[in-house]
Amino acid sequence: MIRTIIIDDEPLARSIVQEFLQHHNDIEVVAECANGFEGVKQIQELKPDLIFLDIQMPKISGFEMLELLDPLPEVIFTTAFDEYAVKAFDANAVDYLLKPFSQERFDQALARWRKIQGSHPVTQEMIENLRPADAEENRIVVRNGVQIHIIPAEEIFCIEAFDDYVKIFTAKDYFLKKKTITHFENTLPKNDFLRVHRSHIIRLSAIQKVEQYEKGSHVVILKNERQVPLSRQGYQRLREVLPW
Amino acid sequence: MARIFKGSLLAYTGWWTFWFIAWSIVVHRFEPSWPDALIDAAVSILVMVIGGVIITNTFRFYRPGGSNYFFRAVYIFILTLLVSVISNVGLGLIFQFLADDNYRNFVVASGPVRFVLTLLMMSFMGVINWLIYYIAELQAAGTRKQESEKLMRDAELTRLRQQLQPHFLFNSLNSISALAGSRPEEARKMVQLLSDFLRGTLRTDEYKMAELSEELKHIGLYLEIEKVRFGNRLKTIVLNETEHLPEVKLPALILQPILENTIKYGLYDVLEDVTIVLKASVGDDGLLLIEVSNPYDPESKVSAGTGFGLKYLERRLYLLYGRNDLLNVSGKDGIFVTRLRIPQIS
Repeated sequence: MIRTIIIDDEPLARSIVQEFLQHHNDIEVVAECANGFEGVKQIQELKPDLIFLDIQMPKISGFEMLELLDPLPEVIFTTAFDEYAVKAFDANAVDYLLKPFSQERFDQALARWRKIQGSHPVTQEMIENLRPADAEENRIVVRNGVQIHIIPAEEIFCIEAFDDYVKIFTAKDYFLKKKTITHFENTLPKNDFLRVHRSHIIRLSAIQKVEQYEKGSHVVILKNERQVPLSRQGYQRLREVLPW
Repeated sequence: MARIFKGSLLAYTGWWTFWFIAWSIVVHRFEPSWPDALIDAAVSILVMVIGGVIITNTFRFYRPGGSNYFFRAVYIFILTLLVSVISNVGLGLIFQFLADDNYRNFVVASGPVRFVLTLLMMSFMGVINWLIYYIAELQAAGTRKQESEKLMRDAELTRLRQQLQPHFLFNSLNSISALAGSRPEEARKMVQLLSDFLRGTLRTDEYKMAELSEELKHIGLYLEIEKVRFGNRLKTIVLNETEHLPEVKLPALILQPILENTIKYGLYDVLEDVTIVLKASVGDDGLLLIEVSNPYDPESKVSAGTGFGLKYLERRLYLLYGRNDLLNVSGKDGIFVTRLRIPQIS
């Protein structure tokens, strides 16, 4: 049996997936979720083979939900309208269903998934590519065990690369997320954040002072007392945006 | 512009008749013969009339721009010169046949005075013509500006009003698709709701003021559709306290963006059950007051400030009433309240 979860905030949208799945006797719906929080919980618990995922949902979007999962489940997106995303989907292995969709189109998507199942596991990079490249993110969604936090950009002090993860520092805590530092350099608001080092990003308004560290090298001291090293290039960039 | 000429033809004739009489009287005071005075006036004024017509027509087809005063002055001067010479020569010729030496001497002696008078008259014609065209152009420019502003306003209003939400539309269609299989009766009802709502949205009478009850009906369709989509998560309460009052009016479709905003933050971005309350009343100041309240999550930063849709609404209200204080929003204790006031024009 193939086990699947349907995640959509509209009950009728979930029911039509259920209905179309009746033509596929080998697929069993093990859970229905009305939002991304339930989605994360159920996916971790039930480890489905495939999920049907809506993109626009309350609090955290389908994309943000996937960012919280490791390993990623196999996904077929269901979405009403998303100009950018739809363009990106076409070039990707991940399939999508545009609402409203027909039984025929639904069967097609499933057939395609069955064919490539397991051979092209969905990766975070694939999900990243689905999002519009120029869209700035003014928040980061993180998961700490079962707790999910939405960190607004203005509460982030700095981000530090940490192996395959990044550490996202707020006033008191830090959160781990499996992403590259370059991802955040690209997606956080460009006017507020600056990459000051190969493995550091800081929020400009969180800077308390810049100090000489050793001969020719500097550190930034943030308002939460954290010290962040500046590379030579980072120091130059900082001087450009904050003339002193 | 044709109207200006028709009106001025009478003035033109009157003007020259006046000068014909004045000229005759003045000449008569120097030379007692009335026929001579009349012929003198007729010839002098006729030539000036022709000069005036030439100036008018020249101005009609060619008006030197603002910096070309020098050209205009030279032009009028040359014309004056021509008119003077022609009228003097003409008078000379005519009085040669009438053979009156006294009169011929008088014409020659009064030459400089005649010239100055002609110069003044021609300059005056030039100035008047220039003024007439200047005013006509100003008026035309004013009309154009008004028209273009109206067009822009029309276009802007159309755009503001007909922002159809693709998400809403496609998701509603998806709901219909889902209902069609299991509950066809409800699917049919939903098709009806959606059609009526869309028809209402596409109303094209831009400046029409609509009755409140009509607008509430339209909003009711929208809320009904959302209830079908989100099941029992959404509850709505609509209170109309103006029912006993004479008809209350508001700009057509002005409530829709408010409700769309409310639904966006109060339903799409909330996990729990939601109750949206809409209250319509007439305040002590006689303004219609619409209050819409919905729960929201103070933590999610998107709710801060007025939403995107409301920015456009503010602009529309400004275009309609020239006021910026008709819409305000506030969030407190997890309840977001949008207040809209509409002046009632009796």
